Amino acid sequence: MVGIVVVSHSQRLAEGAVELAKMMAHEAKIAPAGGLEDGSAGTSFEKISAAVEEVYSDDGVAILMDMGSAVMTAEMVIEAMDDKKIIMLDGPVVEGTIVASLEAMMGTPLEELQSKVEESRYTKKLEG
Amino acid sequence: MIDNAKLVEQIKAIATRIEAEKDFLTQLDNEIADGDHGINLARGFNAAVDKLPTVEGKDFGTILKTTGMTLVSTVGGSAGPLYGTAFMKAGVALKDKTEIDAADFVKAVEAAIGGIQMRGKAVEGEKTMLDALIPAHKAMAAAVEAGDDLKTALEKAIKAAHEGIEFTKTIKATKGRASYIGDRSIGHQDPGATSITYVMEAIHSTL
Repeated sequence: MVGIVVVSHSQRLAEGAVELAKMMAHEAKIAPAGGLEDGSAGTSFEKISAAVEEVYSDDGVAILMDMGSAVMTAEMVIEAMDDKKIIMLDGPVVEGTIVASLEAMMGTPLEELQSKVEESRYTKKLEG
Repeated sequence: MIDNAKLVEQIKAIATRIEAEKDFLTQLDNEIADGDHGINLARGFNAAVDKLPTVEGKDFGTILKTTGMTLVSTVGGSAGPLYGTAFMKAGVALKDKTEIDAADFVKAVEAAIGGIQMRGKAVEGEKTMLDALIPAHKAMAAAVEAGDDLKTALEKAIKAAHEGIEFTKTIKATKGRASYIGDRSIGHQDPGATSITYVMEAIHSTL
């Protein structure tokens, strides 16, 4: 099963996105990597690396991230672990995490997760 | 010529300068983004100084790469991957050297700029550190080409960097957190362009 890592500047946002996803995707392997070591706002190379290790398997890991340094730091973690199968998913953090977690739990391979998360970007919440 | 002992001194000088300016940098960042630039960068460079005893006497590549990795691990904001990649790429350019001349310095800065552009996907004119660093590199490269020593070339680079900071006040941010406020970023100087200029001034102060 593909592992999911949620990277945010906010520790609570990352944990909250995981909490929401777990409501539906009980068995998914999801790890939050939000904030710095002391819980303050920012993104931590070590926290992201540890979260990837935690949910890693041969099926790979997909990372969802908010903005700016979350993207750049995730990218550096992937470069540092260049022997591992890890990708970043471009999509909304909350909805994307839920979609990716559900798909992972259903056995969707890493390569197909991006298009599934992409679709979540266009899911309408209001009838218009 | 700069030797590896001087490089260690320069990294300490950078940390001291950034620590002294951290409140001002944070204030600049607060005006247009999330207000963490000074605090983050000071934490990173102070951590880099703590790591120096493990690399003293080593080649430029090792010292710069260790500094870069420490910045990536400890800064916590965009400056971490950007400054970290810059130092790591400079380290690759100066691999195995225990002393460098002005032309090497110019090459290392060029490699650092390449690293920042690769990591940040930014170009000149987007209100980033590149708006100070690219003109500074051009001025320094021309000066070294014309036969100036490193100290004089760096003086010219710093002048160009300050002009770059002034330029950032006139444009809107299209990269980074500041891009979310669009036109309202006009009138404010970029914190990254400012901090990279302090880095150059700190290096200059050791020559």
